Amino acid sequence: MSPPMLTGAGLRKSFGPVPALRGAGLSIEAGEVLAVMGPSGSGKSTLLHCLAGILTPDAGEVIFDGQRIDRLGDAQRSRLRRTAFGFVFQFGQAVPELPVLENIALPLLLAGQRRRAAMATAARWLPRLGLDGLGQRLPGELSGGQVQRVAVARALIAGPRLVFADEPTGSLDSVAADQVMELLVDIARAERVGVVVVTHEARVAAYADRRLTVRDGHVAQRATVP
Amino acid sequence: MTVSYALLGLLEEADRHGYDLKQSYDRRFGASRPLRFGQVYRTLAQLQRDGLIEIAGLEAGAGPDRKRYSITPEGVTDLERWLSEPEDPQPHLQTVLFQKVVLALQSGRNAEAFLDTQRDRHLAVMRELTAARRTAALQDSLLADYQLFHIEADLRWIDHAAGRLETLAAEIQL
Repeated sequence: MSPPMLTGAGLRKSFGPVPALRGAGLSIEAGEVLAVMGPSGSGKSTLLHCLAGILTPDAGEVIFDGQRIDRLGDAQRSRLRRTAFGFVFQFGQAVPELPVLENIALPLLLAGQRRRAAMATAARWLPRLGLDGLGQRLPGELSGGQVQRVAVARALIAGPRLVFADEPTGSLDSVAADQVMELLVDIARAERVGVVVVTHEARVAAYADRRLTVRDGHVAQRATVP
Repeated sequence: MTVSYALLGLLEEADRHGYDLKQSYDRRFGASRPLRFGQVYRTLAQLQRDGLIEIAGLEAGAGPDRKRYSITPEGVTDLERWLSEPEDPQPHLQTVLFQKVVLALQSGRNAEAFLDTQRDRHLAVMRELTAARRTAALQDSLLADYQLFHIEADLRWIDHAAGRLETLAAEIQL
Protein backbone atom coordinates (compact mmCIF):
# COMPACT_ATOMS: atom_id res chain seq x y z
CA MET A 1 0.00 0.00 0.00
CA SER A 2 1.34 3.42 -0.87
CA PRO A 3 1.71 5.89 1.99
CA PRO A 4 -1.05 8.49 2.40
CA MET A 5 -0.73 11.68 0.41
CA LEU A 6 -1.07 13.84 3.48
CA THR A 7 -0.70 12.95 7.14
CA GLY A 8 -1.01 15.15 10.19
CA ALA A 9 0.00 13.63 13.54
CA GLY A 10 -0.01 14.84 17.13
CA LEU A 11 -0.98 18.36 16.09
CA ARG A 12 -1.23 20.93 18.85
CA LYS A 13 -2.11 24.57 18.48
CA SER A 14 -3.09 27.17 21.02
CA PHE A 15 -4.30 30.71 20.58
CA GLY A 16 -2.98 32.50 23.64
CA PRO A 17 -3.93 30.35 26.63
CA VAL A 18 -6.70 28.57 24.73
CA PRO A 19 -5.78 25.21 23.20
CA ALA A 20 -7.60 24.61 19.90
CA LEU A 21 -5.82 21.37 18.98
CA ARG A 22 -4.61 18.87 21.55
CA GLY A 23 -2.88 16.20 19.55
CA ALA A 24 -5.11 15.82 16.48
CA GLY A 25 -4.18 13.82 13.41
CA LEU A 26 -5.53 12.33 10.20
CA SER A 27 -4.43 10.92 6.85
CA ILE A 28 -5.84 11.25 3.38
CA GLU A 29 -5.18 9.30 0.17
CA ALA A 30 -5.08 10.61 -3.38
CA GLY A 31 -8.59 10.94 -4.79
CA GLU A 32 -10.22 10.48 -1.41
CA VAL A 33 -12.94 12.80 -0.11
CA LEU A 34 -12.71 13.10 3.65
CA ALA A 35 -15.30 14.93 5.76
CA VAL A 36 -14.18 16.45 9.05
CA MET A 37 -17.16 17.11 11.28
CA GLY A 38 -17.54 18.44 14.78
CA PRO A 39 -19.35 21.07 16.82
CA SER A 40 -18.35 24.73 16.59
CA GLY A 41 -15.24 25.41 18.57
CA SER A 42 -14.09 21.78 18.35
CA GLY A 43 -10.92 22.73 16.46
CA LYS A 44 -11.86 21.39 13.04
CA SER A 45 -11.02 24.58 11.14
CA THR A 46 -7.73 24.97 13.04
CA LEU A 47 -6.90 21.39 12.06
CA LEU A 48 -7.57 22.18 8.41
CA HIS A 49 -5.46 25.34 8.60
CA CYS A 50 -2.54 23.42 10.14
CA LEU A 51 -2.76 20.65 7.53
CA ALA A 52 -2.87 23.18 4.72
CA GLY A 53 0.10 25.19 5.93
CA ILE A 54 -1.97 28.29 6.68
CA LEU A 55 -1.11 27.98 10.39
CA THR A 56 2.05 26.54 11.91
CA PRO A 57 1.26 23.98 14.62
CA ASP A 58 2.92 24.38 18.05
CA ALA A 59 3.74 20.66 18.03
CA GLY A 60 3.23 17.60 15.85
CA GLU A 61 3.98 17.14 12.19
CA VAL A 62 2.37 17.43 8.76
CA ILE A 63 3.77 15.25 6.00
CA PHE A 64 2.81 15.85 2.39
CA ASP A 65 4.20 13.52 -0.27
CA GLY A 66 6.76 12.15 2.17
CA GLN A 67 8.03 15.58 3.16
CA ARG A 68 7.53 17.55 6.38
CA ILE A 69 5.80 20.76 5.52
CA ASP A 70 5.06 22.15 8.99
CA ARG A 71 8.61 23.46 9.35
CA LEU A 72 8.84 25.18 6.00
CA GLY A 73 9.34 28.92 5.96
CA ASP A 74 6.56 31.31 5.00
CA ALA A 75 7.65 31.65 1.39
CA GLN A 76 7.89 27.91 0.82
CA ARG A 77 4.57 27.25 2.48
CA SER A 78 2.96 29.95 0.46
CA ARG A 79 4.36 28.41 -2.74
CA LEU A 80 3.10 24.99 -1.70
CA ARG A 81 -0.37 26.41 -1.08
CA ARG A 82 -0.34 28.01 -4.52
CA THR A 83 0.97 25.00 -6.44
CA ALA A 84 -0.17 21.85 -4.66
CA PHE A 85 -3.29 22.90 -2.75
CA GLY A 86 -6.63 24.44 -3.63
CA PHE A 87 -8.97 26.18 -1.19
CA VAL A 88 -12.70 26.75 -0.93
CA PHE A 89 -14.00 28.83 1.95
CA GLN A 90 -17.45 29.83 3.01
CA PHE A 91 -17.20 33.52 2.13
CA GLY A 92 -15.24 36.15 0.42
CA GLN A 93 -13.04 34.44 -2.07
CA ALA A 94 -14.13 36.02 -5.32
CA VAL A 95 -12.41 39.32 -6.04
CA PRO A 96 -15.43 41.62 -6.41
CA GLU A 97 -13.80 43.91 -9.00
CA LEU A 98 -12.85 41.09 -11.37
CA PRO A 99 -15.25 39.39 -13.79
CA VAL A 100 -16.04 35.70 -13.25
CA LEU A 101 -13.64 34.51 -15.94
CA GLU A 102 -10.71 36.36 -14.43
CA ASN A 103 -11.59 35.14 -10.95
CA ILE A 104 -11.44 31.56 -12.20
CA ALA A 105 -8.18 32.18 -14.08
CA LEU A 106 -6.49 33.85 -11.10
CA PRO A 107 -4.38 30.87 -9.93
CA LEU A 108 -3.05 30.39 -13.46
CA LEU A 109 -2.22 34.10 -13.77
CA LEU A 110 -0.47 34.03 -10.37
CA ALA A 111 1.50 31.01 -11.55
CA GLY A 112 2.80 33.13 -14.42
CA GLN A 113 0.69 31.77 -17.26
CA ARG A 114 0.05 34.11 -20.18
CA ARG A 115 -3.22 35.94 -19.86
CA ARG A 116 -4.70 34.70 -23.12
CA ALA A 117 -4.02 31.02 -22.33
CA ALA A 118 -5.24 31.37 -18.73
CA MET A 119 -8.49 33.02 -19.84
CA ALA A 120 -9.04 30.35 -22.50
CA THR A 121 -8.64 27.59 -19.90
CA ALA A 122 -11.02 29.41 -17.56
CA ALA A 123 -13.57 29.76 -20.36
CA ARG A 124 -13.54 25.99 -20.88
CA TRP A 125 -14.67 25.58 -17.26
CA LEU A 126 -17.82 27.70 -17.61
CA PRO A 127 -20.17 25.05 -19.08
CA ARG A 128 -19.10 22.53 -16.45
CA LEU A 129 -19.96 25.07 -13.76
CA GLY A 130 -23.35 25.81 -15.30
CA LEU A 131 -22.13 29.39 -15.85
CA ASP A 132 -22.21 29.51 -19.64
CA GLY A 133 -22.40 33.09 -20.88
CA LEU A 134 -21.73 34.56 -17.42
CA GLY A 135 -17.94 34.92 -17.76
CA GLN A 136 -18.01 38.69 -17.99
CA ARG A 137 -20.34 39.21 -15.01
CA LEU A 138 -19.00 40.48 -11.71
CA PRO A 139 -19.31 38.20 -8.66
CA GLY A 140 -21.84 40.60 -7.11
CA GLU A 141 -24.19 39.86 -10.00
CA LEU A 142 -24.21 36.10 -9.31
CA SER A 143 -26.16 34.03 -6.79
CA GLY A 144 -24.40 32.61 -3.74
CA GLY A 145 -24.35 29.14 -5.28
CA GLN A 146 -22.87 30.44 -8.55
CA VAL A 147 -20.13 32.27 -6.66
CA GLN A 148 -19.26 29.09 -4.75
CA ARG A 149 -19.02 27.18 -8.04
CA VAL A 150 -16.58 29.83 -9.21
CA ALA A 151 -14.64 29.23 -6.00
CA VAL A 152 -14.57 25.47 -6.67
CA ALA A 153 -13.29 26.06 -10.20
CA ARG A 154 -10.61 28.38 -8.90
CA ALA A 155 -9.53 25.81 -6.33
CA LEU A 156 -9.16 23.13 -9.00
CA ILE A 157 -8.03 24.95 -12.15
CA ALA A 158 -4.29 24.85 -11.46
CA GLY A 159 -4.35 21.07 -10.98
CA PRO A 160 -3.77 20.82 -7.21
CA ARG A 161 -3.15 17.50 -5.46
CA LEU A 162 -5.40 18.39 -2.53
CA VAL A 163 -8.33 20.72 -1.98
CA PHE A 164 -9.18 22.05 1.48
CA ALA A 165 -12.78 23.17 1.82
CA ASP A 166 -13.95 24.90 5.00
CA GLU A 167 -17.76 24.96 5.25
CA PRO A 168 -17.97 25.36 1.47
CA THR A 169 -21.78 25.33 1.49
CA GLY A 170 -22.29 27.12 4.79
CA SER A 171 -24.20 30.04 3.36
CA LEU A 172 -26.18 28.20 0.67
CA ASP A 173 -29.64 26.67 0.40
CA SER A 174 -29.77 22.90 -0.03
CA VAL A 175 -30.16 22.84 -3.83
CA ALA A 176 -27.19 25.19 -4.35
CA ALA A 177 -25.22 23.22 -1.75
CA ASP A 178 -25.85 19.96 -3.61
CA GLN A 179 -24.64 21.54 -6.86
CA VAL A 180 -21.43 22.78 -5.23
CA MET A 181 -20.69 19.43 -3.60
CA GLU A 182 -21.46 17.44 -6.75
CA LEU A 183 -19.11 19.65 -8.74
CA LEU A 184 -16.31 19.43 -6.19
CA VAL A 185 -16.59 15.69 -5.63
CA ASP A 186 -16.99 14.75 -9.30
CA ILE A 187 -13.93 16.68 -10.44
CA ALA A 188 -11.85 15.57 -7.45
CA ARG A 189 -12.61 11.90 -8.11
CA ALA A 190 -12.03 12.20 -11.84
CA GLU A 191 -8.68 13.91 -11.38
CA ARG A 192 -7.62 11.94 -8.27
CA VAL A 193 -7.48 15.09 -6.15
CA GLY A 194 -7.82 14.56 -2.39
CA VAL A 195 -10.45 16.69 -0.66
CA VAL A 196 -10.63 17.58 3.03
CA VAL A 197 -14.00 19.14 3.67
CA VAL A 198 -14.73 20.67 7.05
CA THR A 199 -18.45 20.84 7.68
CA HIS A 200 -21.01 20.69 10.44
CA GLU A 201 -23.66 19.56 7.96
CA ALA A 202 -24.34 15.84 7.67
CA ARG A 203 -25.81 16.40 4.24
CA VAL A 204 -22.45 17.69 3.01
CA ALA A 205 -20.50 14.95 4.80
CA ALA A 206 -22.68 12.39 3.02
CA TYR A 207 -20.73 13.15 -0.18
CA ALA A 208 -17.47 12.00 1.42
CA ASP A 209 -15.86 8.56 1.28
CA ARG A 210 -14.92 8.78 4.93
CA ARG A 211 -15.78 10.90 7.93
CA LEU A 212 -13.95 11.94 11.08
CA THR A 213 -15.24 13.85 14.07
CA VAL A 214 -13.19 16.43 15.94
CA ARG A 215 -14.05 17.01 19.58
CA ASP A 216 -12.17 19.21 22.04
CA GLY A 217 -9.14 19.42 19.76
CA HIS A 218 -8.86 15.66 19.17
CA VAL A 219 -9.98 13.45 16.33
CA ALA A 220 -12.59 11.51 18.29
CA GLN A 221 -11.97 7.86 18.98
CA ARG A 222 -15.15 5.89 18.63
CA ALA A 223 -16.63 4.85 21.93
CA THR A 224 -17.63 1.20 21.99
CA VAL A 225 -21.14 -0.05 22.56
CA PRO A 226 -22.57 -0.65 25.10
CA MET B 1 -42.48 -2.93 20.86
CA THR B 2 -40.54 -0.22 22.66
CA VAL B 3 -42.96 -0.37 25.61
CA SER B 4 -41.62 -3.82 26.47
CA TYR B 5 -38.05 -2.56 26.50
CA ALA B 6 -39.00 0.45 28.55
CA LEU B 7 -40.60 -1.86 31.11
CA LEU B 8 -37.54 -4.13 31.05
CA GLY B 9 -35.36 -1.10 31.66
CA LEU B 10 -37.47 0.00 34.59
CA LEU B 11 -37.42 -3.51 36.04
CA GLU B 12 -33.65 -3.62 35.69
CA GLU B 13 -33.51 -0.60 37.95
CA ALA B 14 -35.67 -2.26 40.63
CA ASP B 15 -38.34 -4.91 41.08
CA ARG B 16 -41.76 -3.32 40.74
CA HIS B 17 -45.49 -3.91 40.77
CA GLY B 18 -47.52 -3.29 37.63
CA TYR B 19 -48.97 -0.11 39.07
CA ASP B 20 -45.49 1.16 39.90
CA LEU B 21 -44.32 0.38 36.41
CA LYS B 22 -47.11 2.37 34.86
CA GLN B 23 -46.39 5.36 37.10
CA SER B 24 -42.67 5.27 36.38
CA TYR B 25 -43.21 4.82 32.65
CA ASP B 26 -45.67 7.71 32.47
CA ARG B 27 -43.36 9.97 34.44
CA ARG B 28 -40.37 9.24 32.24
CA PHE B 29 -41.71 8.48 28.78
CA GLY B 30 -45.44 8.94 28.73
CA ALA B 31 -45.83 12.70 28.87
CA SER B 32 -47.91 12.75 25.70
CA ARG B 33 -49.13 9.14 25.76
CA PRO B 34 -49.56 7.54 29.17
CA LEU B 35 -49.80 3.73 29.26
CA ARG B 36 -53.12 2.05 29.85
CA PHE B 37 -53.21 -0.54 32.64
CA GLY B 38 -54.39 -3.19 30.21
CA GLN B 39 -51.35 -2.55 28.07
CA VAL B 40 -49.03 -2.82 31.08
CA TYR B 41 -50.39 -6.19 32.13
CA ARG B 42 -50.54 -7.55 28.59
CA THR B 43 -46.92 -6.56 28.05
CA LEU B 44 -45.87 -8.03 31.39
CA ALA B 45 -47.60 -11.31 30.57
CA GLN B 46 -45.83 -11.44 27.23
CA LEU B 47 -42.43 -10.67 28.81
CA GLN B 48 -43.03 -13.36 31.40
CA ARG B 49 -43.98 -15.91 28.71
CA ASP B 50 -40.75 -15.06 26.88
CA GLY B 51 -38.75 -15.65 30.07
CA LEU B 52 -37.50 -12.06 30.20
CA ILE B 53 -39.11 -11.27 33.54
CA GLU B 54 -40.40 -13.36 36.43
CA ILE B 55 -42.54 -12.92 39.46
CA ALA B 56 -40.33 -12.04 42.40
CA GLY B 57 -43.01 -12.20 45.01
CA LEU B 58 -46.72 -12.26 45.67
CA GLU B 59 -48.32 -10.18 48.34
CA ALA B 60 -51.48 -10.99 50.19
CA GLY B 61 -54.63 -9.74 48.49
CA ALA B 62 -56.16 -10.18 45.11
CA GLY B 63 -55.58 -8.81 41.62
CA PRO B 64 -52.58 -8.50 39.34
CA ASP B 65 -51.25 -5.60 41.34
CA ARG B 66 -50.08 -7.95 44.05
CA LYS B 67 -47.36 -9.42 41.87
CA ARG B 68 -43.90 -7.98 42.09
CA TYR B 69 -41.90 -8.49 38.89
CA SER B 70 -38.17 -8.73 38.38
CA ILE B 71 -36.01 -8.96 35.26
CA THR B 72 -34.27 -12.27 34.44
CA PRO B 73 -30.69 -12.59 33.10
CA GLU B 74 -32.26 -13.30 29.67
CA GLY B 75 -34.19 -10.06 30.05
CA VAL B 76 -31.00 -8.12 30.76
CA THR B 77 -29.32 -9.68 27.71
CA ASP B 78 -32.27 -8.80 25.50
CA LEU B 79 -32.37 -5.24 26.81
CA GLU B 80 -28.63 -4.84 26.23
CA ARG B 81 -28.97 -6.09 22.68
CA TRP B 82 -31.78 -3.65 21.95
CA LEU B 83 -29.89 -0.73 23.49
CA SER B 84 -26.70 -1.41 21.56
CA GLU B 85 -28.31 -1.95 18.16
CA PRO B 86 -28.75 1.26 16.19
CA GLU B 87 -32.18 1.90 14.73
CA ASP B 88 -32.74 2.34 11.02
CA PRO B 89 -33.67 5.93 10.33
CA GLN B 90 -37.42 6.30 9.85
CA PRO B 91 -40.02 8.93 10.57
CA HIS B 92 -41.10 9.20 14.20
CA LEU B 93 -37.96 7.55 15.47
CA GLN B 94 -37.42 10.21 18.13
CA THR B 95 -39.36 8.46 20.88
CA VAL B 96 -37.28 5.30 20.47
CA LEU B 97 -34.00 7.21 20.44
CA PHE B 98 -35.08 9.22 23.47
CA GLN B 99 -36.08 6.08 25.31
CA LYS B 100 -32.74 4.43 24.61
CA VAL B 101 -30.83 7.46 25.89
CA VAL B 102 -32.83 7.61 29.11
CA LEU B 103 -32.63 3.87 29.74
CA ALA B 104 -28.89 3.82 29.04
CA LEU B 105 -28.29 6.72 31.44
CA GLN B 106 -30.50 5.42 34.21
CA SER B 107 -28.67 2.07 34.15
CA GLY B 108 -25.19 3.63 34.03
CA ARG B 109 -24.55 2.37 30.49
CA ASN B 110 -22.67 4.40 27.92
CA ALA B 111 -25.32 6.62 26.33
CA GLU B 112 -22.70 8.49 24.32
CA ALA B 113 -21.57 5.25 22.68
CA PHE B 114 -25.16 4.51 21.78
CA LEU B 115 -25.52 7.95 20.20
CA ASP B 116 -22.22 7.49 18.30
CA THR B 117 -23.38 4.16 16.89
CA GLN B 118 -26.72 5.67 15.98
CA ARG B 119 -25.04 8.65 14.31
CA ASP B 120 -22.92 6.26 12.22
CA ARG B 121 -25.99 4.35 11.09
CA HIS B 122 -27.76 7.56 10.11
CA LEU B 123 -24.74 8.89 8.24
CA ALA B 124 -24.26 5.60 6.40
CA VAL B 125 -27.86 5.72 5.19
CA MET B 126 -27.39 9.38 4.20
CA ARG B 127 -24.37 8.43 2.15
CA GLU B 128 -26.30 5.68 0.36
CA LEU B 129 -29.24 7.98 -0.35
CA THR B 130 -26.95 10.79 -1.54
CA ALA B 131 -25.20 8.44 -3.95
CA ALA B 132 -28.47 6.96 -5.21
CA ARG B 133 -30.23 10.27 -5.77
CA ARG B 134 -27.50 11.53 -8.07
CA THR B 135 -28.45 9.09 -10.81
CA ALA B 136 -32.17 9.05 -10.05
CA ALA B 137 -35.01 10.76 -11.91
CA LEU B 138 -36.30 13.89 -10.19
CA GLN B 139 -39.26 12.09 -8.59
CA ASP B 140 -37.04 9.54 -6.91
CA SER B 141 -34.42 12.08 -6.06
CA LEU B 142 -37.06 14.24 -4.33
CA LEU B 143 -38.23 11.23 -2.36
CA ALA B 144 -34.65 10.63 -1.30
CA ASP B 145 -34.42 14.32 -0.34
CA TYR B 146 -37.46 13.89 1.89
CA GLN B 147 -35.72 11.06 3.73
CA LEU B 148 -32.44 12.98 3.85
CA PHE B 149 -34.04 15.98 5.54
CA HIS B 150 -35.68 13.74 8.14
CA ILE B 151 -32.43 11.95 8.84
CA GLU B 152 -30.75 15.33 9.16
CA ALA B 153 -33.31 16.36 11.76
CA ASP B 154 -32.61 13.15 13.72
CA LEU B 155 -28.89 13.85 13.51
CA ARG B 156 -29.35 17.35 14.84
CA TRP B 157 -31.23 15.91 17.76
CA ILE B 158 -28.53 13.27 18.32
CA ASP B 159 -25.80 15.94 18.44
CA HIS B 160 -27.95 18.17 20.60
CA ALA B 161 -28.65 15.32 23.04
CA ALA B 162 -25.01 14.19 23.06
CA GLY B 163 -24.02 17.63 24.32
CA ARG B 164 -26.45 17.40 27.23
CA LEU B 165 -25.98 13.88 28.54
CA GLU B 166 -24.43 14.90 31.86
CA THR B 167 -27.25 17.24 32.74
CA LEU B 168 -29.83 14.71 31.65
CA ALA B 169 -28.15 11.97 33.70
CA ALA B 170 -28.25 14.21 36.79
CA GLU B 171 -31.92 14.98 36.16
CA ILE B 172 -32.83 11.29 35.79
CA GLN B 173 -31.09 10.35 39.02
CA LEU B 174 -33.31 12.79 40.95
